[in-house]
Amino acid sequence: MNSDKKELRVNAIKNGTVIDHIPANDLFKVIKILGLQNITNTMTLGTNLESKTQGKKAIIKIAELFFENDDIDRIALAAPNAKLNIIKDYVVIEKRKVQVPDKVIGIAKCVNPKCITNFEDNIVTKFTVVDKEHIALKCHYCEKITNKENLRLQ
Amino acid sequence: MKNKSLVSIDDYTKEDYLRILDKAAYFEANPVQNILTGKVVATLFFEPSTRTRLSFESAVNKLGGKIIGFTDASSSSVQKGESLKDTIKTVANYSDLIVMRHPIEGSARYASEVSKVPVVNAGDGANQHPTQTLLDMYSIRKTQGKLEDLNIFLVGDLKYGRTVHSLLMAMSHFNPTFNFISPESLKMPKEYKLFLEKKGIKYYEHEDFTEYIKEADIVYMTRVQKERFSDPIEYEKVKDVYILRNEMLEGTKDNLRVLHPLPRVNEINVDVDNNPKAYYFDQALNGVYTRQAIISSILDL
Repeated sequence: MNSDKKELRVNAIKNGTVIDHIPANDLFKVIKILGLQNITNTMTLGTNLESKTQGKKAIIKIAELFFENDDIDRIALAAPNAKLNIIKDYVVIEKRKVQVPDKVIGIAKCVNPKCITNFEDNIVTKFTVVDKEHIALKCHYCEKITNKENLRLQ
Repeated sequence: MKNKSLVSIDDYTKEDYLRILDKAAYFEANPVQNILTGKVVATLFFEPSTRTRLSFESAVNKLGGKIIGFTDASSSSVQKGESLKDTIKTVANYSDLIVMRHPIEGSARYASEVSKVPVVNAGDGANQHPTQTLLDMYSIRKTQGKLEDLNIFLVGDLKYGRTVHSLLMAMSHFNPTFNFISPESLKMPKEYKLFLEKKGIKYYEHEDFTEYIKEADIVYMTRVQKERFSDPIEYEKVKDVYILRNEMLEGTKDNLRVLHPLPRVNEINVDVDNNPKAYYFDQALNGVYTRQAIISSILDL
């Protein structure tokens, strides 16, 4: 199988999570969303890997870390096609696709320069996802739509 | 509605709208009431809007309440760099209800979250102005005797005009037909048209006034603002197309009424003012009754 080949390019992990099919350009967004820069687990990042389906892709392998669904689904904004492999004792025991959540809290920045969240400090942004396929977020405060193209992280 | 802030027109249900309109009719019949005795309403106007502020203050005065507040941000602690949160938290200690006008979009929703007293949004930038929508609905029901099955023409700046967007959303509960008249560059945004399509509501788009105006029950005029155009030549081309003149009302339905949120510049020619179909000044008076109804409903009086 193809995936076996890909696994060989980075070190296998005994227990942990592999996040695959991240668009190469969005790797650092995903790292930021998950706060991976702040953890001390062994981690392997691979980027600009060839992908059959999406051009250049990136992959993250984190040892001894398992995500709650709500946490991992937050990366769907940056990597809607990401796939998760949960590894126990070198074996993939679960595969899962990320799901775009209904609400996005405290991750994205509102695109509207006249939105209160871009004026006053310490407001946690809140959005309702109005289009899961193309990613369109409606701001809870100014009610304007932020699209994937103009999505910035808070 | 008790103790609930009014930030956006979709905070209220169809039943809420009808309850407010019934109450407004009651205040029109009995405008002076002392039900707000001992209550303090704060009117915080972070940008000036004399018309809206006076309408709210008139409503509070007629109900026997007291008013505190400021009329523009330069006379408040905002000038010293105070955050909106701190201003609202402080004022909430001194008042039973806050009426707020603010140039920044979403400020009213945020204020309602940090305030311990209800907040009524009197306009947050280009976003929402729900009391205007309710007074527009009151004016429509009063002149037409009903809200259902009306043919409503929205004219002018349909892209940025918050009043037309809120009115469209609110009236969508009452099976209307909409006709939109605007320049190509200021057309009704797609999101609102999709919303109407989803609800199965008919709408038609036009670039100028035509014969169709003979079908109208309500013509809702808005101002085409020069600053909305990046190209001044484009503005010069379209500015006179969206002026309503008295002769254009010939042959229109008897029940037709012309509405405008005011202030008007030149989009309704003054020769319309004496036509019995001109309703915009009465519409402004209806704002006082509607705001009496909103304030008293929120304070549960």
